[in-house]
Amino acid sequence: MRIGIPKEIREGEKRVATTPEVAELIRKLGYEVAIESKAGLAANYSDEVYKEAGVEIIESTKELWEKSDIIFKVRPPETHPELAIDETELLHKNQVLISFIQPGINPELLKALAAQGGSVLSMDSVPRISRAQKMDALSSMANIAGYRAVVEAAQHFGRFFTGQITAAGKVPPAKVLVIGAGVAGLAAIGAAKSMGAIVRAFDTRPEVKEQVESMDAEFLLLDFDEEDGSGEGGYAKVMSEDFIKKEMELFARQAMEVDIVITTALIPGKPAPELWTEAMVESMKDGSVVVDLAAEMGGNCKLTEKDKVVVKHGVTLIGYTDLASRLAAQASQLYATNLRHLLTDMTPEKDGQLQIDMEDEVIRGCAVIKDGEITWPPPAPRLHAAALVKETKNENIKTTEKPVEEKSGIKQIIMFGIGAVLLLALGSVAPPDFMSHFTVFVLSCFIGYMVIWNVSPSLHTPLMSVTNAISSIIIIGALLQISSPDDLSKYLAAFAILITSINIVGGFAVTQRMLEMFRK
Amino acid sequence: MSDGIMTMAYIGASILFILALGGLSNQETARKGNYYGITGMAIALLATIIGIVTENYLLMLACIAIGGGIGFILAKKVEMTQMPELVAILHSLVGLAAVIVGFGTFLDHTTEYTGAELTIHNVEIYLGILIGALTFSGSILAYLKLSAKIGGQPLTLPGRHFLNLILLVAAVYFMFRFAGAENVDDGQLYLIIMTVISLLFGVHMVMAIGGADMPVVVSMLNSYSGWAAAATGFMLSNDLLIVIGALVGSSGAILSYIMCRAMNRKFLSVIAGGFGTTTGGGSSQAQGDAGDVQAIDAESVANLLSAAKKVMIIPGYGMAVAQAQHTVFEMSRILREQGVEVGFGIHPVAGRMPGHMNVLLAEARVPYDIVYEMDEINEDFPKVDVSIVIGANDIVNPAALDDPDSPIAGMPVLEPWLGKTTIVLKRSMASGYAGVDNPLFYKENTRMLFGDAKESLDEVLKNL
Repeated sequence: MRIGIPKEIREGEKRVATTPEVAELIRKLGYEVAIESKAGLAANYSDEVYKEAGVEIIESTKELWEKSDIIFKVRPPETHPELAIDETELLHKNQVLISFIQPGINPELLKALAAQGGSVLSMDSVPRISRAQKMDALSSMANIAGYRAVVEAAQHFGRFFTGQITAAGKVPPAKVLVIGAGVAGLAAIGAAKSMGAIVRAFDTRPEVKEQVESMDAEFLLLDFDEEDGSGEGGYAKVMSEDFIKKEMELFARQAMEVDIVITTALIPGKPAPELWTEAMVESMKDGSVVVDLAAEMGGNCKLTEKDKVVVKHGVTLIGYTDLASRLAAQASQLYATNLRHLLTDMTPEKDGQLQIDMEDEVIRGCAVIKDGEITWPPPAPRLHAAALVKETKNENIKTTEKPVEEKSGIKQIIMFGIGAVLLLALGSVAPPDFMSHFTVFVLSCFIGYMVIWNVSPSLHTPLMSVTNAISSIIIIGALLQISSPDDLSKYLAAFAILITSINIVGGFAVTQRMLEMFRK
Repeated sequence: MSDGIMTMAYIGASILFILALGGLSNQETARKGNYYGITGMAIALLATIIGIVTENYLLMLACIAIGGGIGFILAKKVEMTQMPELVAILHSLVGLAAVIVGFGTFLDHTTEYTGAELTIHNVEIYLGILIGALTFSGSILAYLKLSAKIGGQPLTLPGRHFLNLILLVAAVYFMFRFAGAENVDDGQLYLIIMTVISLLFGVHMVMAIGGADMPVVVSMLNSYSGWAAAATGFMLSNDLLIVIGALVGSSGAILSYIMCRAMNRKFLSVIAGGFGTTTGGGSSQAQGDAGDVQAIDAESVANLLSAAKKVMIIPGYGMAVAQAQHTVFEMSRILREQGVEVGFGIHPVAGRMPGHMNVLLAEARVPYDIVYEMDEINEDFPKVDVSIVIGANDIVNPAALDDPDSPIAGMPVLEPWLGKTTIVLKRSMASGYAGVDNPLFYKENTRMLFGDAKESLDEVLKNL
């Protein structure tokens, strides 16, 4: 089958759905790859490089769509500015389109595509399960956006990120607040941290605290009875009013301190929550920067303007929605790799034949149109329920532990009692000679106990071989009998001496050999 | 030689043996400790030979020379990966010697006992032979299992606990018969019957224990060989034997305890056997949903390793099987030269006997100060960039911590998944000896490098 990659037509879109390196790997799966001329130019991939990777170059957009069985795209189909035709109309029957579609906010597009009779896989509908991580293009793009947000902020921030003490005076480090520690937020934390800033982060989901702290950033905690902000699929959900009030107070305090705010708070299928109010912007120092990654969905700060950089109250507000495209080469490479992973899963035989297996949870999730029929939304994933069951099980276990401990205490006392009675009983009948041996025995057990606990665990094997050697002291028993006049006793003793000698020499020698190997 | 001098010699030997064990508390003093042990043994032997042996010197010396020669050759030739087998077979010799000495003492009538003394003496003989025979057959079985001459799967006869109970009751019954026996011939018969019972018991006990429990079995047999020596000491009224037997016995018992604790298993349930047959049905199915694994190739592993700041290597029995320890060392050496901090994390039950991994790594010349115990290292995993799990499974199974239904629930495990990336070297997707599926393999930050551990690592080494 042939895969076609048209040039992205949205103005300012620099990404391309396949890079030359990835194209080579896709060809190994048995596919032919064709690309529209100059499609990769904006991401610094020339037609020549594609040619070298064995990709066919096709001049005409229409021809490319006609000749291809599968189309890889980045942006959802839209009206072509030069051809005066909608990309939707280029999709033909039996063709498969794989692209970002955003079926949730583009129902009209979905209908139009379905009318063409092909199949459509939406890269933003990949379910959030471990297995599908390698094809999670949203995460790839969010990662890039988070990084780029810091770069944009640095561009508009008139100071260092890192603190310095120079001959010309002391420079304090910049303070960065990241709101929402999802993929983008964590990427922003990492980037800002590595530039030397002091980074703080806030998120409504308490479980991300660990991840934030693992990146050496400070996690801001609310003084609030626990309310878990985790919604379905690891995304955040809408919080209670009380919670939001506390959250706002926290932000207001932070606003006076921080130099840069990066907001990444999004709730699936809802307009972005307003987290950074005008009053907070006003209270920020002049020259501060706010990067609003939620600008596309209305913005976490109402003052930001979509796709623009504006200065209000002395604060630069960045509302770019194309941050990933601004790092075109990187974004193209990651997106292309996500596509390749999906393709690999859908080509089990590696024969260049695409199979849309609706039983597969991942494929089922992406497939929004199958042979002209809308199959979106998919049935809910099963994972969350399993996790809940586990939690309740854990609790049950905890409650049953205590009584057992108490019982074992009583058990111990009983054991002591039985032991004492047995010893006394033995003492009442045993001859004095036995008692003296018994004393030696018991004391030796305790010496052994004390000594052995001090043995380093790494020397347990030498310990076993050396104890083995010295337990052959049993040879003394045989030596006592070797001089016996009785032939049977004599030869038995001789045999015992033979085997214990193997043990003594073998045990000590192998211990020595091992100990010599241990070195610093 | 007077009794006084001999007793003094024995006391000296006892002290030297205690020092020998005490020396093992760290690597620097361990070698000196071994010399103490050898000296102690020499003193004890000399004192006994000079003080007690009166005839048959030639026969005795010949036996010592031949036995010593065999032992020496064994010790020089053995591969470090085969240490568990060697230790097991040596244990069996102690057991066998205890049996022989027991019978010898029974046949020897130079000292006549009467009344309570006779009873106690007979019980001592009986117990010495019982423990000795048990150690002997158990160790032979353990040897066969360890050297894969018979399968590692536990043999679970129907009603095996009942069978054990019958054997135990029979052993106790014959003890009373033996202690109260009218004449020597009757006694001999009971003694032989008991020996057979005891041999059977040893075989059955080890047969029922699975491969993963081998460290416990080996240390338990170590303990038994000590108790056999102690019982022989009582029988011969020899304090030196009692002291050494008690030392060795408690040493083995502590090792068994440590091993059991490391697997969160009760000693009795290990002995009762049958572990490794249940496949944890429910839990493994629940984990199945986590999806498939992500494979990786050697070149990418090399790149990951070079880019890492801190690398933790977790070896398991698979490393011993593949003989990969030298390649592992070579890899760690190159990484250390490149400025990567490399450590080794050892689980107490990794391998087939206590401390097995440490010995293998020492053989491959890995410095012991970068080899850490589980408790030392577990907290550090969040700081580790890459963990490499080589031929280990159950000891890195997160199900032990978070799946209360898992057969290994509660067992302390190494936690590599807390680090950035875990690379698991594995031959195939088979489950570990405990027969438990390992959710670690399905974690997002885990990559699987399939194939023979040595070949895979050679490939990684080439790319470094």
